[in-house]
Amino acid sequence: MNGFFDLPSDLQYGYLGLVGLHLREGLIPVLAGLLIALPVAQLCVRFRWVYPPVLGLTTVLYSIPSLAFFVVLIDYFGQSETTVMVPLAIYSLVVLVPAIVDGVRSVPQDTLAAARAMGFGPVRRYLQVQLPIAVPAIIAGLRVATVSSLSLVSVGMLIGNQGALGNMLYSATTYNRPALAVNSVLTTAVLGVLADALLVLVRRLLTPWMPPTKGAAR
Amino acid sequence: MNVLHFAQAFFSDGSHWHGRDGIPTRLSEHVKYSLEALLFAAAVGLPVGLVTGHYGRGGNALALIATAGRALPSFGLLVLMFIWIGFGMVPVMIPLVVLAVPPILVTTYEAVRSVDPSPVDAARGMGMPESRVLLQVELPVALPLVLSGLRTAAIQIVSTATIAAYVSLGGLGRYIIDGLYQRDYEKVVGGAGLVAGLALATLVVFWAAARLAVSPGVRRSG
Repeated sequence: MNGFFDLPSDLQYGYLGLVGLHLREGLIPVLAGLLIALPVAQLCVRFRWVYPPVLGLTTVLYSIPSLAFFVVLIDYFGQSETTVMVPLAIYSLVVLVPAIVDGVRSVPQDTLAAARAMGFGPVRRYLQVQLPIAVPAIIAGLRVATVSSLSLVSVGMLIGNQGALGNMLYSATTYNRPALAVNSVLTTAVLGVLADALLVLVRRLLTPWMPPTKGAAR
Repeated sequence: MNVLHFAQAFFSDGSHWHGRDGIPTRLSEHVKYSLEALLFAAAVGLPVGLVTGHYGRGGNALALIATAGRALPSFGLLVLMFIWIGFGMVPVMIPLVVLAVPPILVTTYEAVRSVDPSPVDAARGMGMPESRVLLQVELPVALPLVLSGLRTAAIQIVSTATIAAYVSLGGLGRYIIDGLYQRDYEKVVGGAGLVAGLALATLVVFWAAARLAVSPGVRRSG
C-alpha cells in the first residue's frame, strides 16, 4: 500500500481536501432536495390528486442515468460542480418526496383531531405535530438519499474531473496505481456509512419517545 | 425544447437504427447485461431475505450489509475491478450486483417478516413443515412487496448498466459515453431517452408480473 495517501499533484487537492470536496458535492444536493421536497410533499398530502402524477414524473427522472444527466447539463452549467450537484439534488428529491408523503400521511386522524381541538392552526399543526411524527420516515428517506448521493459524486470524474474522490480513479488508471482506486472506493464507502450512522443518531435525538429499535431502511 | 430537439434528431437519423452501433444491438446488449445482473442479485438476495425473514433474525446484520452495499460507489467499483480483473463482463457484473442486492435483500426480509402471523400459525397447526410454511403461506402473501424490491433493483440496474460502456463494453451507455467524448449531444440525449424508456418498460413488466403472480385475495387486501 505504498503511496496510498500520496496523491498526484494534478488532482489539485490533498486527501483531506478531496474528502471535503466530496462531502460538499454530495451533501448540498441532499439538503437542497430536502428543502424542495418538504413543500412538494405537503402539496401532495393537501391535494391528493397531485401525488400520482408527481410520483410518475419522479420515477422517470430517477431512471435517467446520472452520467447522461451530467453530460446534458454541461450545455447549461459547463464542466462545473453545479453540473454534478443538480442531478444529485433531483435524485434526492425523488427519494424524499414519497418518504415524506408516506410519513405525513401515517399520522393518525385522532392525533390530528386532538391537535385541532387544542386550537392548533394548520401551520402549527404541521410544524409541531405532523412533521415530528413523520421524522422516522423522513430520516429513512434521507439515509437512502445521502448514501446514494455520496456514492454518485464519483461519476462526476467523467466530466472534466468534477468527481472529488472519484478523480482518484482517473489517476489510478492513467498512472497505473491501483492503490488510488482502492483508496477512492473505500473512502467513499466509509463516508457513506458514517453519514448513515450520523442520521440514525439524529433520528434517535429527534424522536426520544420511540424505542431505540433499528428500523431497516427500505 | 432544446433536449427534445436533440432527441428528435437522434431518433430520426436512419444510421442509428442498424449495424453494430445501432439501437437494436445496443438495446439488446443493455437488456442482456441488466437481466444477468438481476438474476445474480436475485439468486443472492431472495433466498437470504426469505430465510432471515422467516426466522425474523439478523435484521440488524442485513441493514448493515445493505448500507455498506449502497455506500460502495458503483462507478468506483467498476474502475477498480477493471484494473484488477481486466476487460470482460465480470468487472461490470460485480458493481451491478452489489448495487442490486441491498434493495432485494432488505425488502424481502421486511416483506416476509411483516406477514400476518395468524395464517402462519394456522399453517403450522395443520402440520406444515417450515419449508412449506415459507413457500406456500408466507411467500404468496409477501409477494407484492418482494416484487417491489426486485423492481427497485431492476430499475437501478437498468440505469446504472450504462457505465459498462466506460470499460469498452456495449449497451446503451455507449451512446452516452461516445456522445460525451465526441461532443455529440444528440447521442447523449438519445441514449438517455432510451434508458429512461427501458426503465419505464421495466416498470410495466413488473406491474404485469404482479397482476399475474399475486393471488387475487392478497391483492384485494393489500
